[in-house]
Amino acid sequence: MPTPKVKFNETAAKGDILEVKTMIDHDMESGQRKDAAGKVVPRKIINAFACTLNGKMLFSAELAPAISANPALNFFFTATESGTLEFKWTDDDGSVYGLSRPLTVT
Amino acid sequence: MRAARTILAVLALVLAVRSPAWADPPFDPKDPAMAKYISGDKRSGYTFAEPETRAMQDDDFMNPAMLWVGKGETLWSTVEGSAGKSCASCHGKAEETMTTAGAHYPKYDAGERKVVNLEQRINLCRSQAMGAAEWKYESEPLLAMTTYVKMQSRGVPVSVVVDGPAAPWFDAGRRFYYERRGLNDVACAHCHVDHWGQHIRTELLSQGMTNGFPTYRLKWQKLGSLHRRMAGCNEEIRAEPYPLGSFEYVALELYLAWRAQGLLVETPSVRK
Amino acid sequence: MSTSPSASIGRRTVVLGLSAGACALVLAPKAAEATRAEADELIAKLAGGAKPQMDARVKIKLPEIAENGNTVPFTVSVDHPMVAGNSVTAIHVVAEGNPAPQVASFHFTPTGKAEVYARMRLAKTQEVRAIAVLSDGTALEGRKEVKVTVGGCGG
Repeated sequence: MPTPKVKFNETAAKGDILEVKTMIDHDMESGQRKDAAGKVVPRKIINAFACTLNGKMLFSAELAPAISANPALNFFFTATESGTLEFKWTDDDGSVYGLSRPLTVT
Repeated sequence: MRAARTILAVLALVLAVRSPAWADPPFDPKDPAMAKYISGDKRSGYTFAEPETRAMQDDDFMNPAMLWVGKGETLWSTVEGSAGKSCASCHGKAEETMTTAGAHYPKYDAGERKVVNLEQRINLCRSQAMGAAEWKYESEPLLAMTTYVKMQSRGVPVSVVVDGPAAPWFDAGRRFYYERRGLNDVACAHCHVDHWGQHIRTELLSQGMTNGFPTYRLKWQKLGSLHRRMAGCNEEIRAEPYPLGSFEYVALELYLAWRAQGLLVETPSVRK
Repeated sequence: MSTSPSASIGRRTVVLGLSAGACALVLAPKAAEATRAEADELIAKLAGGAKPQMDARVKIKLPEIAENGNTVPFTVSVDHPMVAGNSVTAIHVVAEGNPAPQVASFHFTPTGKAEVYARMRLAKTQEVRAIAVLSDGTALEGRKEVKVTVGGCGG
């Protein structure tokens, strides 16, 4: 079970542009690799990511097998209101790994 | 004819070793930012890495090896085995009790009457103190715990005892280092002593310092042990690798730790 | 496995010749033209029909030489406002020298700045392309060549 992590300034002044750093442990199996027996290892990647603030979309991504293992994704948003940032990583097998963090805007 | 062949051989050699203009060593030894990674004439692998790779190591959040460190931290206080203990039961807080241990392995263990590395020390704790099953070499929990423990010594200069009962391991390690092996008939020293800082085609040769292991390799896309790296080196020179955790690799690890003495523990490093 | 005692310094030159072949390592040639057509087709699809114009405001930051193609950090940024009605809505990253050129699509809302960092796999030395789609439907393109070290020493 992957354990994602995120980092940003959880306390910010209104109008600040904040960088969000994220990472999740995942092999990002491309589906193009063969195992020792010569059999193709089936594709299994994190194919989507989304970040919302109080339910409103801030940033999302669709990832292809060309993204390296343990994907890192960094992006920016403007601090406008306090609330909850929610992060979601979607696996090829349908699993969704999530995290949420509070944000205080002063 | 013979002379012509010699000239050709030398020419080929010069072409092979000369760095193309775009592949100059990416470090400047006079750069103050590099001082932490240099001790006398010893250079950490960090000084041979491209700036983007160094940046990945510089920021603990961006360093993917920290994903394993987090797992190691959890395992530290996870009770396992018949004695009902975790690492923390005996050693308390790793941040307080493990602040130098990582800089001094491999080390002679009087109970075992042999030199053991950190991985083996952890497994001895599991089998003897915890009554738990040993972790497989290169398994995720062993890598995670080794890295978590060694990271507590970050910034501590590597220093190992190589005399007394450890001497046979040290001697065996040094012999291994200078011994030609494999189809390519080269020794560790040929690349890492005689030609560090030069290129084999596009590969920039480092001094092969071990102060950053276990390391996250861009190539592996995961954390890996020093012994895995040694096996990789051996395969590249077309030599049969030894098993991870073998006498040969522990002895070599001790010799390499001695070579790296004075450099600071960098675990977990990021390397190509 | 056979080993022999260390040889004298006199054999150093021979050693070097061998060492040059020791690491199966090459700077791979540039991508074939066939994949450029594939990449163009993919980009047309991603850009929603708009024909991307080359624009210096789309910047791709990549290592000059990627030490290993398995993990190549990159940053794409677009020098453009991020306000409602005038923003970057998406950045698509395409590596035309890869077996499958699609790398990632990033979707933005009018907030922060149009910049994203990630790490990708590159099969060979090639040009990486980034297509930025603006809120008015315009598509801008930036390109960056990256030399990729394939293989590398060690296992």
